[in-house]
Amino acid sequence: MAEAHPVGFQWVMAAKRRGAKVFHVDPRFTRTSALADSYLPIRAGTDIALLGGVVRYILENELDFREYVVSYTNAATIVTEEYLDTEDMHGLFSGFKEENASYDQKSWRYEGIGQNAATRDTETQRETAAGLEHESHGAPVNGQTERDETLQHPRCVYQILKRHFARYTPEMVERVCGISQEKFLELAQAWTQNSGRERTGMLVYSVGWTQHSVGVQYIRTGAIIQLLLGNMGRPGGGVMALRGHASIQGSTDIPTLFNLLPGYLPMPHHADHPTFDEWVDSIRHPGQKGFWGDARTYGVNLLKAYWGDAATAENDYCYGYLPRMTGDHGTYQQVLNMIDGKVKGYFLLGQNPAVGSAHGRAQRLGMANLDWLVVRDLFMIESATFWQHAPEIETGEIVPEECRTEVFFLPAASHVEKEGSFTQTQRLLQWREKAVEPPGDARSELWFFYHLGRIIRERLARSTRPRDRALLDLSWHYPTHGPSAEPSAESVLYEINGYEVASGRPLSTFTEMKDDGSTAGGCWIYTGVYADGVNQAARRKSRHEQDWVAAEWGWAWPANRRILYNRASADPDGNPWSERKKYVWWDPDKAEWTGYDVPDFEKKKPPSYRPPAGSSGVAALAGDDPFVLQGDGKGWLYAPTGVLDGPMPTHYEPVESPVRNPLYRQQANPTRKVYTHPINTLNPSPPEEHSQVFPYVFTVSRLTEHHTAGGMSRTVRPLAELQPEMFVEVSPELAAEVGLAHLGWAHLVTTRAAIEAKVLVTDRLTPLRVDGRIIHQVWLPYHFGFEGLVTGDSANDLFGISLDPNVLIQESKVGTCDVRPGRRPRGQDLLDLVVDYRRRSGDLGPHYPPQVTTDAADSGRDREV
Amino acid sequence: MGVRSWFEGWPVYRQLTGTDPLGRGAASKSAGSLSLTARTDTADSMAKSVCPYCAVGCAQRVYVKDGQVSQIEGDPDSPISQGRLCPKGAASKSLVTSPLRETKVRYRRPYGTEWEDLDLDTAMNMIADRVLAARDETWEDVDAEGRPLNRTLGISSLGGATLDNEENYLIKKLFTAMGALQIENQARI
Amino acid sequence: MPHVNSLYGPLDPALDAGYVDAPPRMGFFTDTSVCIGCKACEVACKEWNLVPESGLDLLGMSYDNTGALTANSWRHVAFVEQPRSVGWATPAFRDTPDGPPVSPETAAVGAHTSTDTGTYPGLPPGSPAAAARMSGGPEFLGMPGAQPPGRGAGAEGRTDFRWLMMSDVCKHCTHAACLDVCPTGSLFRTEFGTVVVQEDICNGCGYCISACPYGVIDQRKDDGRAWKCTLCYDRLGVGMTPACAQACPTESIQYGELDELRERAAARVATLHERGVPEARLYGHDPNDGVGGDGAFFLLLDEPEVYGLPPDPIVTTRDLPAMWKRAGLAAMTMAAATAVAFLGRRP
Repeated sequence: MAEAHPVGFQWVMAAKRRGAKVFHVDPRFTRTSALADSYLPIRAGTDIALLGGVVRYILENELDFREYVVSYTNAATIVTEEYLDTEDMHGLFSGFKEENASYDQKSWRYEGIGQNAATRDTETQRETAAGLEHESHGAPVNGQTERDETLQHPRCVYQILKRHFARYTPEMVERVCGISQEKFLELAQAWTQNSGRERTGMLVYSVGWTQHSVGVQYIRTGAIIQLLLGNMGRPGGGVMALRGHASIQGSTDIPTLFNLLPGYLPMPHHADHPTFDEWVDSIRHPGQKGFWGDARTYGVNLLKAYWGDAATAENDYCYGYLPRMTGDHGTYQQVLNMIDGKVKGYFLLGQNPAVGSAHGRAQRLGMANLDWLVVRDLFMIESATFWQHAPEIETGEIVPEECRTEVFFLPAASHVEKEGSFTQTQRLLQWREKAVEPPGDARSELWFFYHLGRIIRERLARSTRPRDRALLDLSWHYPTHGPSAEPSAESVLYEINGYEVASGRPLSTFTEMKDDGSTAGGCWIYTGVYADGVNQAARRKSRHEQDWVAAEWGWAWPANRRILYNRASADPDGNPWSERKKYVWWDPDKAEWTGYDVPDFEKKKPPSYRPPAGSSGVAALAGDDPFVLQGDGKGWLYAPTGVLDGPMPTHYEPVESPVRNPLYRQQANPTRKVYTHPINTLNPSPPEEHSQVFPYVFTVSRLTEHHTAGGMSRTVRPLAELQPEMFVEVSPELAAEVGLAHLGWAHLVTTRAAIEAKVLVTDRLTPLRVDGRIIHQVWLPYHFGFEGLVTGDSANDLFGISLDPNVLIQESKVGTCDVRPGRRPRGQDLLDLVVDYRRRSGDLGPHYPPQVTTDAADSGRDREV
Repeated sequence: MGVRSWFEGWPVYRQLTGTDPLGRGAASKSAGSLSLTARTDTADSMAKSVCPYCAVGCAQRVYVKDGQVSQIEGDPDSPISQGRLCPKGAASKSLVTSPLRETKVRYRRPYGTEWEDLDLDTAMNMIADRVLAARDETWEDVDAEGRPLNRTLGISSLGGATLDNEENYLIKKLFTAMGALQIENQARI
Repeated sequence: MPHVNSLYGPLDPALDAGYVDAPPRMGFFTDTSVCIGCKACEVACKEWNLVPESGLDLLGMSYDNTGALTANSWRHVAFVEQPRSVGWATPAFRDTPDGPPVSPETAAVGAHTSTDTGTYPGLPPGSPAAAARMSGGPEFLGMPGAQPPGRGAGAEGRTDFRWLMMSDVCKHCTHAACLDVCPTGSLFRTEFGTVVVQEDICNGCGYCISACPYGVIDQRKDDGRAWKCTLCYDRLGVGMTPACAQACPTESIQYGELDELRERAAARVATLHERGVPEARLYGHDPNDGVGGDGAFFLLLDEPEVYGLPPDPIVTTRDLPAMWKRAGLAAMTMAAATAVAFLGRRP
C-alpha cells in the first residue's frame, strides 16, 4: 500500500499512531513492510491457505462475533444434503462436470427451495464473466431460508464452513505458504483480538489478490473472515480494494466491458435473454429479497436514456437493439482472435497492452494482424509503435514492410484539459474542472466519441437497414462549446443521473425511477449525483468545515453513502454495537435510522420489522437484514450460487507452480478459463513431468515511482530518473545458486519469452521452505517497455494466459520461470532459446495443463491428508 | 524607482547603515529575492482537479498562467488526501506539460515504415469509414437458430480506466448502438 | 549564550542577520520513523523549483537512484537495508531458510556507482567499505564470510531486517559556513532564519561547496552557479508550506516553527522509546552542536553515519573571526567588490 498508494497509506500510519497493529503479507519485503508491525513473506499464490488458516483458527476457537454472525450472515442457514465438500471429493465440490470443467451448482443450494433452477448454466456464466454483475449485488437466492440459530445443525453453513476449513491448520499454512506457525498465529491472534463490539479490523488488498486463476476466491476468503469477526458495514472495518487507476471503479460502474451495461446490468445473452422480460427476470429473480427486485425499472431507464423517444413500452424500450453475447468476448479472447485474423479494427484508449497485458508477444502479434488500429494517448506508447520497435522486429516475427496494420495515433487531452468525473476506489465521484485547452490536435475521449458518433450517424442518415436503426434512433444530443465543439460533460452526467422525461427534472434518488418510460437514467446506481440540478460530485467543502465522514466532499454511490451495508454497524435491535464504534443506528423517538452516514437501509423500517409471508423485493427485507442487495439479506459465508469455482474458497495451486498442492489431489482451479491457442503454451506443473525445467517462482508488481505500463511515468522526467532501469530482485541465496551478481545482468525464461533485467541482490527477498523444499521467488516491476525516457524488457511478456472463471481476469501475479545469468540472446537465438526450453519441458506443441488432476497423473502418490 | 530608493536598495548602503553589518541577511537580499513571490499567488486561475494516476483520488489544484499549467498542488481541503501527493501525483505538472507529449495526429499507412502527418478531420473521417466497413463485413444479425445477435465481432476496444465516467458512458453507448460488443478496459486486467 | 562573534553557539540567526521583528524561525523536522521512501519530496521539490534532471542510471543503492543532495536534487531519499531489527516489528525473516545477510555486500557494490548529475562535484563514487559498514549496522564486524549464502539454512541465516529511509535536505544551519564564505552575498539568511542562494547574485566561485560541513552544496556544470534547498523561500513569503512537506504523504517531513518542531520531536522520541524503539534519536536539533543546531533536523533510527550524515558537523567557519582579524582589510575589499559587481549589472 505504501508502494502503490502512498497517500492512502497516510491513514494506515494515522491508525498506527493510535495503536493499530499493521500486518503486511507479500512475497517480497516492500516499503509497506518497512513500516508494518509484522511482515509475513508468503509464497505467491497461496493466500487462500493463509486466510483459510485464519478462518479455521476463528472457528476452532469459537472466536467469531457470535451475535453478528447469527443475525447478519447465513451461518445459520441449512444447506441441502446433496451438497458434498472438497473434503469428500479430493478438492472438488459436488456437481463438477468433466465435459466442460464447470459446476452444476444445484447441489450447493439452501435446503428446501429450488432457488437455483433459473440460474444460467455455469459455463455460460464463466464465458460471460457473470461474477462481475455481483459487484453491486449478490447472486440469486430465494429470500426465505431454513435456519438453525444454535448453529449446531450438521448442514448449517457454520458447520459446513468449519468442516471445509478443518485441514487449514497452522502446520498446513506453514507447509503451503512457507509462513512459520508462530508468525501465522501472531496474525490470527491480532486479527481476532482487534475485532468485536469495541474494535474493528480492516483488510486491504489490491491486484495481488485479483490477478490469479482463483482471484475471486481470495477475496471471498477475506470477506468470510471479516463477516465472522463482525467487521463488515462498520467504521474501521471492511474489505478495501485499493484500485490502481483513477477511475477504474467508475469504468466498471459505467462499464466499458463486454459483459456489462451501466449499473451492473448484464449485457444480454443470445440464448438466455431473448426477450426483455426474460432479461429482467434473470436479474431480479422473482421471489428474491432486496433492491434488485426493481431491476425492470433500472433496465427501462437505461434503455430510455440510450434511445430516448424511440424507446417505448410497445417496443420493449428498444431492448431488441442491444447486441447479444454468445460466449467469451473478453480482451484475451479478442487478442487471440486478432492473431487468427478475425478482428478488423482495434481502439486503444489510454491503454498500453503491449506492455500492460499478460503475454506481451501475443498482444503485439495480435496488433500486427489487424486492418486498422486507433491509439489515443498522451505519449507515443509501445502499443502505437509495435510495428517499428517491438522486440518481434528483432526476431523477425514482425516485418514492418509486411505488416498491414494501419495505425492512427490521435493525441489525447490530459486530465487538466477536460472536465469530468473520476470514481475513486471508495466509490466516490469527484469532478475535475478544466484548467486549460488541450494542445494541438489533442482532444478528450468525450470529443472523439461524440464526433465519431455524429459522423457515423450522418453517414447512415439515409439508411433503411434494420441494423442501423439502433444508431439512428440513438439519443445523441449533447450541447457542445468552444472552438473544437467539445461536448458538455455535465450534460452527460445529467443523463447518467436520470431525469423525468416530461419535465426534465433531474432525479434525486433511484427510488424515483419509474418502469413506465416516464423517467430515463443512464446508470441507476449513480442517480443522485445530479440531484436538484447540482453537480454533487463537484462539491469541495473543506474537511475543516465538516465532520470526519465528510459527506459534502464529492458524492459516493449509492445515495452518497460512504460505508456500504452500514445497518450492520448497529446490533439487531438497532443500537450501536458500542459507543466507540457507533456509526448508524435506530432512533426510536423519531422512528427512523440516523447516524453519521446515510443509512444503508430504508429510513423508516424499524429493526423489529418482519416481512409478511410471500413478500419479495425490498419489502421482504427484515428489519435486521443489513445486506440489502443480497437475495436473503445476509452476508454470505457460503455462496449457494453465483461463485463459479465453489461455494467456499479452496486452495488451489497457481496454474504454473513448482509445488504439488499439499491440500488436495486437485492441483489448480479446475474451473479456470483456459485458452487452447498455439501461442498460449504453459509451463508444466506437478504432478506433470518436467516442471523442474522452470524451478523458480516469479511475481510482478508496481514501484511507487512508476505507473502501470509506464505510459504516464517512463515519459515523465522527474519520475523516470527515480527508477531508471528494468531490474529483477533476487535473494542472496538464489544469486549464489544461479551465479548472479548485484548490478549484473540476468535473464528469465518461460515457454513464452525470455527477458533480461539488471540484478538487485537484496535481503528483502527470501527463500521459503515449502512442503519440505526450498522455493526461491524473484520479483520484477512490470512498468518497462521499449519506448519512453527509460526502457527495458517487459515483465508481462513472461506470462501465459489463464483466467479466473468468475471475472475472466488473468493470472499475472505468479508464474514459474528459469533464471540465468547474463543478458538474453538476440534475434533468432532468442527464439531458439525459448524453443529449447519448450523442448526440454515436454514437447514443442502447445501445452495446457489438465483441468482436473487425476490419481493417474499423480504418480500413485496419495495426496489425502 | 527614484534615485533615493534605488540608492537605499543598494546592498552596501543597507549593510553599512542597517541592522546587518556583516551583510548576511537583510542587507544581502537581491532584487530577485526582494521581488520574490510564489507563482501560485500570481496565477491567472486555479482549477480544482483530481490526480490522474491511482484510485485514491487525491485532490489537486491546477494553477494556470498565460494559458499554461504553471503548478499543480495537493488540495489541503480534501478529506481523502489532505493536500498530500505521492511522487506521481507531484509530477502531474511534468506529465501534462511534458515535451514528449504528442500533440499532432500521426498516421502509419499499411506496410509503412515511418509515421506521416494527418489532419484531424481527415483522420476522423477515415476512422468512421473503417468502423462502418468493419461493421458491415462482420455483422451478425441472428444466430444459427434465428435468435437475434445484432452485433459485430470485427471491432475491439481496450481502455477506459483513466477516462472519465462521462467518457465511458458515451463510449459504451455508441459501441452498443453500433453492435460492437468487444469493449474492454483495465478493470478486466 | 550566543558566542560573541555570532559564528558559533546558540543564536537567533534572523536577528543576528539584521532582521527587526523577524517572524519565528521556520524549519523542517524530518521523522524518518514514518518515512515510506516514496520520494514525493524529491519530485514535489523539482516541480516547484524547476530543478533539472539528475541522471538516469540505476545505482544499486537499494531504491536510491538519486545518490546524494546535489545542485539538481535538493531533496534526497536515502535507503539503507540492514540485517537488524526495527523496534516496532516482529523479526522479518524469523523461521525462513535464509543464509547470511547480503546487505553490506550489495551496499559496497552500490557505492562504486555514480551517475552524471549534471553538477559538480555531483555524485562521486562512495566508499565501499563505509557503505558496507553502514548497511551492516553498528554490530557489523566485517565483510560477510566466504561461505556462499543460502547453503546452510537455519540458525546462521538472517532473521531480522529493516529498511531505513530518510529524506535528506539542506540543514539550514544556525551557523552556516556557506553563507559566511560567500564573497558575493549570494548566500544569505532570510527573515525565517533559513539560508538561501540568490541565483541572480551567485557567480559560481564555489567557495560554499567546500565550506558546507554536510556536503550539501553543489554547482551546476552548465551555468556554474550553486543551487540547493531554499526551504521554498518564495512559498514561505506567502504563508505556504514548502513543496516537499506539503506533498509528504505520511508527515515524515514536518514544517513549522523551529521551537515547536523541537518540542514535537522530543515527544516523538519519547513515544518511540516507550514503544520499544530505543535507537530513536534526534540529529541536528541541539543549539549547542557544532553548527548551532540545524533549521532542518531529523529523527533517526541509527547512527548518523548510516544515513550518510556526519556524526559531529562543525561549522567550517568557526575560526573565521580569528582569521578576520588578520584579514579585515581584505574582507572589506571583497564587500566593496560585491557592490561594484552589483552596480555593474544594473541596466
